[in-house]
Amino acid sequence: MRFLNPSNLHEALTLLSKFPDCKILAGGTDVCVQLRGGGLKPKAILNIWGLNELKNIRDEGRYITIGALSTHTDIIRSPLIHKHIPVLAKACRTIGAVQVQNRGTIGGNVMNASPAGDTLPVLMAYAADVEVTSIAGQRWVPFEGFFTGYRATVVRPGEMVTGFRIAWPPRGERADFIKIGSRKAITISKVMACFRARIEHKKIVGISIAFGSVAPVPLRLKQTEAFLMGRVLTHKTIDEAVNKLASDITPINDIRSTADYRRHCCGVFLRRFLLESLCVS
Amino acid sequence: MVQSVGTNAPRLDCHDKLTGRTKYLDDLDIPHCWFGGVVYSSIPYGRIIKINFDPSFDWGSVVTCTFKDIPGKNNTVFLTQDQPILAEEYVKHVGEAIVLVAAPTKEILSQARSHIHIEYAASVPVLTIEQAKDKATLISGKDNILAQYCINKGDLDVGFKEAAVVIEGEYQTGFHEHAYIETQAMAAVPRTDGGLTVMGSLQCPYYVLKTLVSVLNCGADRVNVRQLPMGGSFGGKEDYPSLLGSYVALLAKKSGRPVKLIYSREDDIIMSTKRHPSIVKHKTGVKKDGTLTAMEINVEFNGGAYATMSPVVLSRGVIHAAGPYRCDHVRSTAVCYATHNVPCGAFRGFGVPQTIFAIEAHMDKIAEALGINPLKLRAKNCLKLGDTTQTKQLLRESVGAAQCLDTVAKGCSFEKKWQAYRRQNQAARGKKNIQKGIGLALYMHGGAFTGSGESVMKTEAGLMLQKDGVVRVLTGCTEMGQGAHTVLPQIVADTLGIPLKCVYCEVPDTDLVPDSGPTVASRTTMIVGWLLTQCAASFKERLFEFIARTYRVEKTALKLVRASFVSGSKRITDFKTAANDYLSKVGELKVIERYKLPPYIQWDPATHIGDAYPAYSWAADVAEVSVDMDTFEVTVDKMTIAVELGRAINPVLVKGQMEGGTLQALGWALMEDMQIINGHPQNKNLQTYIIPTARDIPDWRVHIIEEPFSYGPMGAKGIGELPLDGGAPAIVNAIYNATGLRITEIPVTPEKLLRQCAKL
Repeated sequence: MRFLNPSNLHEALTLLSKFPDCKILAGGTDVCVQLRGGGLKPKAILNIWGLNELKNIRDEGRYITIGALSTHTDIIRSPLIHKHIPVLAKACRTIGAVQVQNRGTIGGNVMNASPAGDTLPVLMAYAADVEVTSIAGQRWVPFEGFFTGYRATVVRPGEMVTGFRIAWPPRGERADFIKIGSRKAITISKVMACFRARIEHKKIVGISIAFGSVAPVPLRLKQTEAFLMGRVLTHKTIDEAVNKLASDITPINDIRSTADYRRHCCGVFLRRFLLESLCVS
Repeated sequence: MVQSVGTNAPRLDCHDKLTGRTKYLDDLDIPHCWFGGVVYSSIPYGRIIKINFDPSFDWGSVVTCTFKDIPGKNNTVFLTQDQPILAEEYVKHVGEAIVLVAAPTKEILSQARSHIHIEYAASVPVLTIEQAKDKATLISGKDNILAQYCINKGDLDVGFKEAAVVIEGEYQTGFHEHAYIETQAMAAVPRTDGGLTVMGSLQCPYYVLKTLVSVLNCGADRVNVRQLPMGGSFGGKEDYPSLLGSYVALLAKKSGRPVKLIYSREDDIIMSTKRHPSIVKHKTGVKKDGTLTAMEINVEFNGGAYATMSPVVLSRGVIHAAGPYRCDHVRSTAVCYATHNVPCGAFRGFGVPQTIFAIEAHMDKIAEALGINPLKLRAKNCLKLGDTTQTKQLLRESVGAAQCLDTVAKGCSFEKKWQAYRRQNQAARGKKNIQKGIGLALYMHGGAFTGSGESVMKTEAGLMLQKDGVVRVLTGCTEMGQGAHTVLPQIVADTLGIPLKCVYCEVPDTDLVPDSGPTVASRTTMIVGWLLTQCAASFKERLFEFIARTYRVEKTALKLVRASFVSGSKRITDFKTAANDYLSKVGELKVIERYKLPPYIQWDPATHIGDAYPAYSWAADVAEVSVDMDTFEVTVDKMTIAVELGRAINPVLVKGQMEGGTLQALGWALMEDMQIINGHPQNKNLQTYIIPTARDIPDWRVHIIEEPFSYGPMGAKGIGELPLDGGAPAIVNAIYNATGLRITEIPVTPEKLLRQCAKL
C-alpha cells in the first residue's frame, strides 16, 4: 500500500490523477476504522489532512463556503456558522466524542456517504452545492443529486470533494436539527432530521425537510414539502403533513433500531417542528 | 488510636493508574516476544472435515497448534470438564478455538490466520431454550441440561389455599457483555529453569494454574501464574483466562519463545463468555393485605455450548429467586440448558440480577393487582432478624433489608411521588410530552461461596514481616478495580495497630502467594479479610512473645498501638525497630492460616436447604426517570441507593461499587442488547454494543447502613456483586409508573415501548 502525502492542493490533484483509485484520507475517523476492521484494502492512500487551503469557512457574498477539511470542531466554533446556520453546528455537536469532532471533517462525513452521517440532512435541507475537483478543473453538484445509492456518490475516480457552498438563508426563517441515538452521547443516529420553515401571516412560504437514517441516502421530503408549501399552518395541516410523510421515507430494521420506530419518530420530529413554528408565528 | 478502617483511604493503586504509569500487558515490552492469535469456528455447530493450511504461505515463519499439540488433557478444569481447549472433531459454537498461531509480527500473524481455512460439515444448531428442551439434537448429556435444582420449603398447596389472589408473571433477560476496557490478554514467558510463567489480565491465578497443569501435563512447580494490572473484569476474567492461558502456554512451549495474545474487541466479543439469558416465571399467592402465602418460581437459563460456571451461577440465581421476602411455602425449580451459543459464564451478580429482576418486577405487578403501594408490599414481606429464607436459613444477625427500604423511601419521598406521578400520568396520557416516574427494588446478595463451599476450598492467606516494619499481605486475591488491594491492607493495618502505609499486597503470583480462593462471589473482604484478621492476631502474638523475651516484660500486658509496643503506660519500642530486631535475631516471620466457616453453617447441596451463605448484604434502590412520551426515550434522572453491608471498610469505595454496578444495571436495563442471531453475535464492537457513557449517569444518592456481622472483618460483609442486582427492576418499575407500559423483557428500548404502546 502506497501512502501519498501531498503538501498542497495542486500536488494532491496531480497524485489523484495518477492514482485515481486511491482512498482519500482526511481526519481518518471513518477510513482508519475501515482499514483496521472493515476490509478496506486500497492500493494507495492519499493523505489530504495537511491541506490548509481546504480548511476555511468564509463569507463569499452570496454564499457561505465551507472547505471540505473543516473539522466538526471548526464548524462548532465558527461565528459565521453560528450566526447563519446554527443547526449545522448543532448537528456537528452530536457527532461522536470531542476527539472525533476534532479530527472528523465535513468533507469526510459527506464522502463516507453513510445514511447516518450527521451533517448530511443539514446540507440537504440547505440545498448545499458540493465542489468536486480534479486536475482538469472543478464542478458544482447540487447536494440533492450527490448520492446515487447506499454509500455511493457522483464523485468519479480522479475527483475529490473540496468544499461546499450554502446560499444565505432568508431572514425570519426557523430551522432545527433533531437526532435520536441509542444513548445520550457518542451515538450514531437512529433517526435525524433538519427542518427549515418561513412563515408569513400564518402561511408557509418556505419549507425544507430532510431526514437521515430512514433510507439508503439522506432524503428531502418532496411530497410533504409540496403539501405544506403555501398552506396556512394549523393543527389540521400538521396532522395531514405527518400522515403524508410515511410515503416519502423507506426506513429499515437494523442493529440500531426498527423501521416502525424510525417511521414513528419522523412523524414526531415533523410534528414538533411544525407545532413550535405554529407557536412562534 | 488512628484507624484506617472506616476512612476513605485513597486506593493504593490509584496514583499510578491516574498518571498512566501502570503497565498493563499490552504496555510490557517482552524481549523476543511473538504474537499469538486464534482461528475459531465460524459456524455454530458442525463437524470439522479438514483444516487447510494454504501452501502459498510460508508456514516455516510461524508456529501453529491444534488439539494434537496438547501434551495433557484437552479440557479446562472446572466443575464440569466438558470444554475443550481446542476443538477436536466438532465445533459447538461460533468462536470456538480450533487452531492457534504465533508469529514474529502482527502482520505475519494476520496473514497466517487468513491462510488457514476450516472445512465444516455444518449441522442445524440448537439456539434457544425451547430447542434445547426439544432434545432433537443433544449437546450435553441425555437431556441438554447443564445443571438443575429444586428448592422446597413448606407446602405450595397449603400456601395457595391461604391466598386471596394468585398472580402470575414471566420475565426475560438477554445476553449481557462484560465490556471491560482491557480485552482478554495473556502472555506466556519461558523461564530459565525450563518452566513457564503465564501472566495477564485474570481474576483467579489458581484457576488458571489448575487448568495449565492438566493441559501441559506437568507439575505445579513447572508453571507459575501471575496477575498483571488489569483493566476491568466483572467476572469476564474468572473462567475465560484458563482457555487463553492454555493458548499462550501451548504456543510458547512449541515456539520456545514468549508469546503474547491480546484479543481485538471483535474477537473478545465473539469468543468470550456472556451473562446467561433467562426466562423466569412466577406464580404467587397473596392475601388481600399483601402477605405472601405461596411462591412458585421457575428459572431457566441459556448456558451456551459448555458448562463453564453454569452450575454455580444457576445455583446462586435460584437461591436468590424468592428475593428478600418471607414466605412459608416456596418451590423454586431451575434448569440451565446447553445450546450452540457462546458459553455463558461468570458475570458480576452471578445469576442473581436475572432472578432479582424477575421477583422485583413481579412484586410491582402484585402491588398493582392488590392496589397496594409497592413500598408497603415490600415492607410487609421483607425479611427480618429471626426469619428464614427460602432455603430455610435462619437469619441470625446483620439483616438490614427493612432499614434499607425505610432509608431509601424516606430519602426521596417514594410513596408520595409514586402516587402523585401515577395520578398525573394517568390524567395526562397523550397530552404531556415528558412524564416522570419512580420505581423501587429491594434485594440482597449472599457473600462468599454457596453452602460449605468455603470450607471445601481450603482458602489460605498470610502475612510476612519485611525489614523496617513493612508487612506484606500474601493472598491470591486480585485487584481488578474493586479496591481489594487497599481494603485488605486497611484491615491488616488496623488489626495489627500500624499505619496503612506499612502494609501492601504481594503481586498475586502462584509462586509467591497461597491460594486464597478465586476473587469472586463477593468473598474477598468478608472471607479473606476475616482470615487476615486471624493471621494478624497470630502475627502479633509472635511479635509479643519476642518483645516479652527481649525486654523482659509480661507478654499479656503488651499492646501494639500506633506502631509502638506498649506495656501499660510504658512505651517499649517501635514497630520498625522490633521488626528489624526480629528479622536479625529470630529470622523470618511468616504466618499462613486457613479459613474456617462459622461453626453453625449447615448446608445440603442436594436439596439446597440450609445456610446458603454465611451472611447476606442488603440494599434498596429507587430510580427516578423521565420518559419522552413521543419518542419513548428514557432518562434516568436520579438513583437513590441504601446499602447494608455490615461495615464499610472504605466508604468511598463502597459508594464507587454501588454507583458503578448500578450503572451497569442501567445499561443492561435500557440499552445493552447483545443480539446473537443464529449463533453469531451481531454487535461485535462498542459502536453497536451500546453501554452507558458519562452523559447517561444519573444523580447518585448512596446511603450506607452498618449492621455488623460477627464473622466478618470489623463486621464487614461482601459488596462486589450486590450493586448490579437491583438497578434494572427499579428502572423498569419507574418506567411503568411513568408510562403505564409494563415491559417484562429487558432491555427496555424505545422500540419496545412503542410496540407495547401500539398494542394498547
